[in-house]
Order: sequence, then structure tokens, then C-alpha cells
Amino acid sequence: MAFRIIVCAKQVPDTNEIKIDPVKKTLIREGVPSILNHDDANALEEALKIKDQYPDTHITVLSMGPPQAKDMLMECLAMGADEGVLVSDRAVGGSDTWATSNALAAAILKLGSFDILFAGRQAIDGDTAQVGPQIAEKLDLPQVTYVTEFSIDKNMKDITVKRAMEDGYELIKIKTPCMLTAIKELNKPRYMSINGIFGLKDKEVKVWNAKDIEVDLATVGLDASPTNVYRSFTPVPKGKGKIIEADTEKELAQKLLINLKAKHVI
Amino acid sequence: MAIIVLNDKCKGCKLCVKACPFDAIDMVGKLAVINEKCTACNQCIPVCKFKAIEKTESEDGPVDFSEYKNVWVYAEQRKGKLLNVALELIGEGRRLSREISDESQVCALIVGNSVEHLAKECFEYGADKVYLIEDPLLENYTTDGYTKVIVDGIKKHKPEIVLYGATHIGRDLAPRVAARLNTGLTADCTRLDIKVSSYIDYAIKNTTLNVSSLDPNSDDKGLKQTRPAFGGNLMATIICPKTRPQMSTVRPGVMQKRERIEGASGELVKVKPNITKSDIRTDVIDIVKSAKEIVSLTDADIICSGGRGLGDPSGFELIKKLADKVGGVVGSSRAAVDAGWIDHSHQVGQTGTTVKPKIYFACGISGAIQHLAGMQTSDIIVAINKDPEAPIFEVADYGIVGDLYKIIPQIIEEWDNAEALYDAFTK
Repeated sequence: MAFRIIVCAKQVPDTNEIKIDPVKKTLIREGVPSILNHDDANALEEALKIKDQYPDTHITVLSMGPPQAKDMLMECLAMGADEGVLVSDRAVGGSDTWATSNALAAAILKLGSFDILFAGRQAIDGDTAQVGPQIAEKLDLPQVTYVTEFSIDKNMKDITVKRAMEDGYELIKIKTPCMLTAIKELNKPRYMSINGIFGLKDKEVKVWNAKDIEVDLATVGLDASPTNVYRSFTPVPKGKGKIIEADTEKELAQKLLINLKAKHVI
Repeated sequence: MAIIVLNDKCKGCKLCVKACPFDAIDMVGKLAVINEKCTACNQCIPVCKFKAIEKTESEDGPVDFSEYKNVWVYAEQRKGKLLNVALELIGEGRRLSREISDESQVCALIVGNSVEHLAKECFEYGADKVYLIEDPLLENYTTDGYTKVIVDGIKKHKPEIVLYGATHIGRDLAPRVAARLNTGLTADCTRLDIKVSSYIDYAIKNTTLNVSSLDPNSDDKGLKQTRPAFGGNLMATIICPKTRPQMSTVRPGVMQKRERIEGASGELVKVKPNITKSDIRTDVIDIVKSAKEIVSLTDADIICSGGRGLGDPSGFELIKKLADKVGGVVGSSRAAVDAGWIDHSHQVGQTGTTVKPKIYFACGISGAIQHLAGMQTSDIIVAINKDPEAPIFEVADYGIVGDLYKIIPQIIEEWDNAEALYDAFTK
């Protein structure tokens, strides 16, 4: 039987491109591109590397989001994934990480058996790093997060990974089926290939609603989520300081140092 | 609970569409319609000039949480040593527990093997009580092992709040525990409040939030968990109204430790874990401390950071020279890390390290919000950038507009003359 990998991916706004309107203090979202979340691209790349080595491998990329997220899944298919599935339904909208993991876990059960579940460590729009472990919990899978190196034995069961720690790493053995979350150091994601793009005509992105994934509606969406937003606001920039001006770089440096000295910080 | 548009009041002005961070409002004809991307973040409500947007409250009645008491802190230890963040959280947990009530206690939870000696340190930093879970199978952190014993402990003792450091381990463990307990978890908090009045004080001092709708005398004692969201472009305060315990991971370096009181003690509760080898499905075969230079950004007095404005990776050589000269360490923006110019361990910002040095040099860093979120509480910020419009100048104490490749060498050259320059200037 083919080796099966499911990769969880999210379409996110490129938060690096977002700016704040200096007058109105509101987000300027216009022109901000939607992208495949960075860590998720690393998760997909690792799955594709396994497929490079074992062409029999079947890769499904699973996402949850609005209908536009299909574009991102098409991109994943053009990179080499076999199948894309988008869970999209107003009923799952506004889910926090707990509710999101319920929906995705239901979709994964619907997809059937698999060997490895990959995800990015976190998405750049929420930065929570919670959905991966929470899906693993719902599916009762062992997990390793922050994976920076991956290898699998020929028996296609025994996996060895390096897990990044703040001051080094852990070397961990784990068996399939399992959940692994990827970080940037794991690999360098490939681009879509010409063949991949041509191949899209034979591939499809399935769109599933809440009914399709047979999820308990009391466990998904805004109302079911244990956490809610109480208030939200834009951060206040610290007051603007002074711009040092001078005719030469040397004078600029000197004026800066005089100011720092006056503040007793040097 | 949901955000709704009152169709009779909506004038189709699109102000809400512009204000929505999540692209969750569509215009259908002349009416704003909320779509499934809505997270009920409330940004649209105040911008509507026609009061056409409302939040409907959940119909669930109040839930009885009277069984749940005390603030727990996961006192993370590695190799028999407590992490700094554990002590910071004991300090913060103590503050929160006193806001809840006079009887409420802060309890440190220590998990490991032969780690009883750490209880004393927890007491000395302010813990009222220590729960100690020891077993040879808990020698090293494993997701399965630690999740199981902590979930058992929480179920038995029912804390009202559980705080974890947002470390690589805390962020692996806390989501598992929260999912198993079917309760909420808020990631990477930078501020916690219990009383509405404390939250109002914080909001007035530090935010743009309009607090007029908040009642300072409210008896709401739920945990208000504030965190950067959306890459630091937005701050969100999250609550967990329907389930207990309320759980947060908290960024290291953000909360304050208390002064250590030598000899302070408290109640030590030993919890016997129910764990067997088969519960743990991963095998930690090695733990390696990195030989690479350890970047201690959180302890540094001076940080010299470079960003995309360096132009290429070799720019970090100049930043390193500056850091060596001033006795600082090298930091970077996410853009420079993403470009592969420098290791992630140097990254300052929302997804990197939060820092508050005495001096922060931002060289060729434009000042993306996600970077500012990690450094704007530095004592003094010096920004050097070619672009006078760069947002970094909005937070800089001292800004220099110009070519960093010309200016930094001058700072290096003049550094040792600072005293003389100052004396000459003040005379």
C-alpha cells in the first residue's frame, strides 16, 4: 500500500507586508498578498522529499479557510502534491485553535488511514503553534514539534527527527503514524514546476463542508470556541524621538554618542 | 456570539471593510456582509459611524466555576535547573492570584525526576505551594509523559488558571494539555489581568483602546490575556469564559520575577504520577547543547541589530564589529533571517526574542510591527536607516538618516571618545 502523507497548510496574509496607517492607526491591508504559510511550505517540502525517494507516496494537502484558499492548494499541487482538500464552511468560521483542530481532525478521519501527518509549526497570522499539537491530541497521535531534520527507515515505520531547542536540539525516535511540525530550518521549499503546473489538469482540489467531514457542529466555529476576543486594538508606537542632523557622518556619530552619554546609558 | 450588521442602519460606506484585519467583510450591493473569515475581533464595531455593527452575546448562561481555585505555574526545569521564565511566571502568578482574592494561591508545578530541590527556589521566588510530580520516566521531557501527568494533576486539583512559559517545550505541551481538557489556551501572552480595573489602567497607559465600555467596578474575575496577533500588527485580549482552567503560554522575558526571599517556604504536595513506559510513544535518544554561539539576547545590555537594509549578508560583519566595540550582542530582524543572512537565534521580534536592553541599535531595519513588538520597550532605541519615512523612526529615541555603512564605522571609531566628546560639549 502506498505510503500516505497528509500535510496541513494554511493560506495567510503576508504579515510582513502589512503597514499601519500613521494617522488613523488602522491596518492597511490593501495590496497585501495571500501566501502559503512559511512553515507549512517546509512541511510540504519534507513530504515531497519522501515522495522523491519513494514515488509511490501519496500526498494530500489539507486546509481550512475561505473558498479563496483553493488557490494556495492549487499551488501545493503544482509543487507536487497529489490531492488538495479544503474544508470551507461558514459553520467552522471564527474557530479558535481548539475548534479548528476539531474540524481538521474530522477531515483527517474522513481521509482515512495515513502514515505521517505534517504541519508547519505555526502560521504567521496567528503565531499560536497550537493547531498541530491539538490535531495530534484529537487523533491520539504521538507528536514532535519544531522538527529540523527528518529521516525514515526503509521499513517506512521508524522515524528519527531532530527537534530544535532554544540552546541546541533533541534527537527523537518516533513511529508512524505520527504528527510532525516543521520549521524553516528543516529544508528549502521548492517552487512550482512547469510539469507540476501542466499536471494540474489531472488533479483537483476537493471542497468539503461541515456536513462532508461529519463533524459535531457543537465543537466547531465561533460559538463553540473556548477562547473569545475580549478587546482588540492596534499597539501604540512609543513616542517619536529626535532625528540627529549633521553635515558629516563623523559629526553624526559624535552627536549620537554625546546624547547617549547625557542619558547615562554609556 | 457573532458580529452582525444591522441592515437598516448600514449605509454602505465601507469603513468597516477597510478596518477589518481579516478581510471578513464583503460588500453585497450597498450592504456590508460578514463572511466566514470573521474572528469576532471587534475592530469593525467602533469604526462604524452609523452604529450598524453589533456583537451578539452568547446565549449560554453563566457556568459554575466555584470548584476551580488557585493559579498554577508550570515551573519548567531542564536537567534539574529551573528556567528563568518559571520564576517570572511565579512572580506574575502571585500578582494574579492576589487580584483574584486573598485566599487564592500561586502554586508551582514541578515535573521531572529527582527535582525536589527545586521546590525551595520556587518558594523563595514567591510560590505559596509546590506540586511535585516525580518519576524516572519523567527524567526528560516527552509530550506524552508530561501531558498525561499534568492533565491528571489538573483534573484532581482543579486550578483556575495554568500558566506555561512559551518555550519550545511549553508550546509543545500546553496545546496538548488544553486539547485533552477541552479548554482554551492563549499563546504567547505579553500581558495578563484579572480585574477589569487593572485592565483599564493598562489599556489607558499603553494602548489606543477606547475603554469607555468597560466597567472598572465589574466583578468579572476572568483572565484577560493580551497578546500580539496578526504578526504584531494587532493586539488582542483573549478570554476563556466557558471552560476552566484558563490557560496561557507567556513569552519569556516579559513578566517580572519577585525579589528572592531566602528561606521562604510553603506547602509541598507530592503527587504520585500514574505513568507507565507504554504511555510514552517517543524515545529521546540524545539531547545536544548547541556548539554554536549562544545568543543571549534577553540578558544583553546592548543589542546591535541588522535588517534587510544591510543589503547583503556581509553587512552582519559590520554589525558584529559594532557589537564587539560596544560590548553588545548581534540581533536581527525577521527579514534578515528569512533572507538566510543570519541564524534564527538572533531574531528579535514577535516570532523571535523579546528584548529590553539599555540600548538597541536598529541598523537598516525598517521597523515592521512584528519587529517593534519585540524591542520597543528597550530603554534607548537608536535607528540608522536611509529611508526617513521608515516606521522605525516612530519608536526611535535617536534617529540618524543616512548610509549605515558610512555611519557605523564612525560610531565604532568615536565610541571610546564618548566621554571626552561629552565633556567638551557640556563645557
